[in-house]
Amino acid sequence: MRKYLAFFRLRFTMGLQYRTAAIAGMTTQFAWGFMQIMIYKAFYETQPDAFPMTFSATTSYIWLQQAFLALFDAWMMETEIFDSILNGNIAYELCRPIRIYNMWFSRSLANRISRAALRCLPILLIAVFLPYPYGISAPVSVIHFMLFSMTLVLGLLVTVAFCMLIYGLTFLTISPQGLRIMFTSMVELFAGAVIPLPFFPEKVQKIMEILPFAAMQNVALRIYSGSMSATEMEKAVLLQVIWLIILTSGGSLLCRYAEKKITVQGG
Amino acid sequence: MITMENVCKSYKVAKRNAGFKAACKAFFHREYEIINALSDVSFTINDGEMVGYIGPNGAGKSSTIKILSGILTPDSGTVLVDGRIPYQDRINHVSNIGVVFGQRSQLWWDVPVIDSFELLRDIYSIPGNLYKNNVEELTELLGLQELLRSPARQLSLGQRMRCEIAASLIHSPKILFLDEPTIGLDAVSKIAVREFIKKQNELHGTTVILTTHDMQDIEALSKRIILVGKGKILLDGSLEEIKKGNANIDETVAELYRSFEI
Amino acid sequence: MVIRMERLKHGLKLYCHYVSISIKSMMQYKTSFFLTALGQFLVSFNVFLGIHFMFLRFHTVNGFTYSEVLLCFSIVLLEFSVAEMIARGFDTFSQMVRTGSFDTILVRPRNEILQVLGSKFELTRIGRMLQATIVFLYAVLHCNVGWNFAKVMTVIFMIVGGTAVFSGLFTVYAAFCFFTLDGLEFMNVFTDGAREFGKYPIGIYGKKMLLFTTFVIPYALVQYYPLLYLTNRTDDVINILIPLCAVFFLIPCYAFWKFGVRHYKSSGS
Repeated sequence: MRKYLAFFRLRFTMGLQYRTAAIAGMTTQFAWGFMQIMIYKAFYETQPDAFPMTFSATTSYIWLQQAFLALFDAWMMETEIFDSILNGNIAYELCRPIRIYNMWFSRSLANRISRAALRCLPILLIAVFLPYPYGISAPVSVIHFMLFSMTLVLGLLVTVAFCMLIYGLTFLTISPQGLRIMFTSMVELFAGAVIPLPFFPEKVQKIMEILPFAAMQNVALRIYSGSMSATEMEKAVLLQVIWLIILTSGGSLLCRYAEKKITVQGG
Repeated sequence: MITMENVCKSYKVAKRNAGFKAACKAFFHREYEIINALSDVSFTINDGEMVGYIGPNGAGKSSTIKILSGILTPDSGTVLVDGRIPYQDRINHVSNIGVVFGQRSQLWWDVPVIDSFELLRDIYSIPGNLYKNNVEELTELLGLQELLRSPARQLSLGQRMRCEIAASLIHSPKILFLDEPTIGLDAVSKIAVREFIKKQNELHGTTVILTTHDMQDIEALSKRIILVGKGKILLDGSLEEIKKGNANIDETVAELYRSFEI
Repeated sequence: MVIRMERLKHGLKLYCHYVSISIKSMMQYKTSFFLTALGQFLVSFNVFLGIHFMFLRFHTVNGFTYSEVLLCFSIVLLEFSVAEMIARGFDTFSQMVRTGSFDTILVRPRNEILQVLGSKFELTRIGRMLQATIVFLYAVLHCNVGWNFAKVMTVIFMIVGGTAVFSGLFTVYAAFCFFTLDGLEFMNVFTDGAREFGKYPIGIYGKKMLLFTTFVIPYALVQYYPLLYLTNRTDDVINILIPLCAVFFLIPCYAFWKFGVRHYKSSGS
C-alpha cells in the first residue's frame, strides 16, 4: 500500500509543478461545462416538457462531470503502458516483485485521482456559487450524497478495470491504436459523456443501462441530483459491482496469459 | 569573416525545488533566476579557419552557435558574419551557412534520404547542375551510395550522421557550424566524419566551427581552440600552446577545466 | 509585384513538395493512417449521434430544425477539417519547440510557417471531412434551402472564411508555445470547443455569446449570419459576404506568431 501512496504523491507533485497547465485545464473544463449548459438551456426553453430530468439536475450532472472528468475520461489511457507493450519494455516490469495487473491498475488509479484531486475543487467551488439553476445544487439527501460517493468510487474502479482490459487486449493484436479508438468512442457515447443517458430514447436507454459503460460515470452523477428512483439505484449499484468483478477477473486473466506469452517468447 | 564583440545573453529560468511542500508553494509563488549564458564574449574567425569551440556542459557553446546561425538574438553586443547580422537578416543569412545539430535530425524519418535532399534543393533553390554536382561529390566523399535509397529510420547512427552532414552542405555554404557532430558515433564513423570535414575545408575553403566534448575531434581538426566556461571566453589559442609537452589532450583539457574552476 | 508573384509561386511549389513527402511518409504506416482517419470519423460521429438523439426527443431548438442544425454542424465541421488538414501541424508545434526541431527550421532560408505546416500536413483529417461531407449532403437533401447561385456562393464563402478563422486560431495556439509549453490546453476551448459547440447555431447561446463571436473571435461570421441567409431567415444579401470578412482575422494571428518568433529568438526557450 505504501508504494502506491508514494506513487500517488509523486504524481500529484508533478501535477502541481505544471501550474499553468492545471489552471488552463480547469478553465477549459469550466468553459466546456458552461457551454454545455447553454445548449441544454436552449433545448429546455424550446420544449420544457420533453426534458427527461429537471433542468437543475442536468446542470449538476454537467458540473460534476467536468469536475471529475479525469476520473472517467476514456481518452486518458496511458501511452506509457501502450508503448511498453509495443517496444517490449514490459519485460522490465515483469522483473519487479509485483503483479503486473495490480501495478498497472494502481498506477492508472493514482494517475486519475491525482489529476482529479487537483482540478475538481476549484470547479466545484465555482459551480456551487453559481445562481440556481445554473450551478450545482445541494445533494437531495445525506443518503444520496453517501451513495454518490460510493458509486463515484465504484465507477472509477469500473473505468480503470475497463482500460486494463484494453491494455490486456493489446497483447493479442498488432495495432493497439485501432482498439483504443474503437473502444474510447464507444465509452464516450455509452457512458453518457456525449449526452446524459436519460436523453436517449427509452428503448435505447434500457439496453445502455445494462452495459458496463453505464456503470462508469452515469450512476454517480445521476444519483447526486436525485434523478434515479430507489429501485433504479439498487439495480445500478448491483450492476456496478457485477461489472467490476467481471472486468477485473477478465483483465487479470488476460494479463496472466500475456505474461506467460511474453516469458515464452522471451519478449 | 565572423566577428563577435562583447556579446551577452541571459535567460530567465523558473526555479524548481524538490519535494512536495516546495511544489505546493511554487504553485502560488514562483521564483525565477537569471542565468548568464554568455557574458561579454568577443572573438574573430577568419575565412577558411577551423575552430574548435569547447567547454563543459552549459558553458554557452550552444548559445554561441545559435546566435551565429540567427536562431537567437543576443541581449547586447555586435555580431557580424560575412557582413550580415544573423538575427536581423535571417533568411539571407541562413542561405549561406550550414548547420548540423548532432542531437537533432533534419532528415525525414520515413522516406528515403534522397527525398529529403530533394526537398532541401527546393528549400534552398539550388540550381539543377549545382545540386547534381554537390550530391555526387558528397556521395563520393561520405560514401553514401548505399544509403540514399533507404529511409533515415533504417540507418545506423553513424550512417545517419553522414547523411545529416551531407544535407547541411548540399547548398555549398561558406560557413559550417557543427554542434557535437560525433556524439554517440562508433570509431569508424567518427574517423570518416573527421576526414570529411577536413577535406571539405581544404577543397572549398569552408569555415568550420565545431563544438564537441571529444578532444580527438579537436586534435584531428582544429588548430585553434576557444575555451568557454560560465559564459566567458577563458582561452583562445592554438592547440600546441595549450598542450604542454606531450601530455594527453584529454588530460590537458581536464587540467584546464580544473584550473578555471568550471 | 512580379517578384512577389514569383515568390508566391515558388512557395506554393515548395509547399506541394512538402505535402507529397508528408503523404509518402504517412503511407509507410498505412494501418495507422486508416485507424487515425477512422478515429477522426468516429469522434465526430459521436457528436452527430448526440445531435440525432437530442432531436428524437426535441423537435426544434430556438426554431432551428434537425436538418438545419445538421447543415450548420456539417459546414462547421468542414471548415474545421480543412483548416486542420492544412494547419494542424501547429498542433504538435509544442513538441517542435520542446525538442528544438524548430531550430532546424530557423536555419533554413524560408518562411517558418510554410516549413512548419508543410512538414506536418495531416491527411488523416480526411476521416472528419468525410463525416462532414456525408452529413452535409444529408442536410442539403432535407433542408428547404431553395438552392441558387447566391446560396452556393454563401456556402463556399463560409468554408473559406471558416478555414481562415480556424487556421488563425491554430496559429495563435502555436505562437503561445513560444511563451509557455504547459498552459496550452486552454486554447482548445477556441479550437476544439468551437468545433464542438459550433454544431448548434450560435444564436442559441444568447446575445453575449453572439457579440463575442462577432467581434472578438469571428465564429458567428462564418456560421450564424450566413446560416440565417441559407435557412431563409433573412434576405439581406450582406450575409453572403460576411463570411469573407472573417479572413481578416488572420492578420492579428499572423502578427502574434511573428511576435512569438521574435520572443523565441530572444529567449531561446
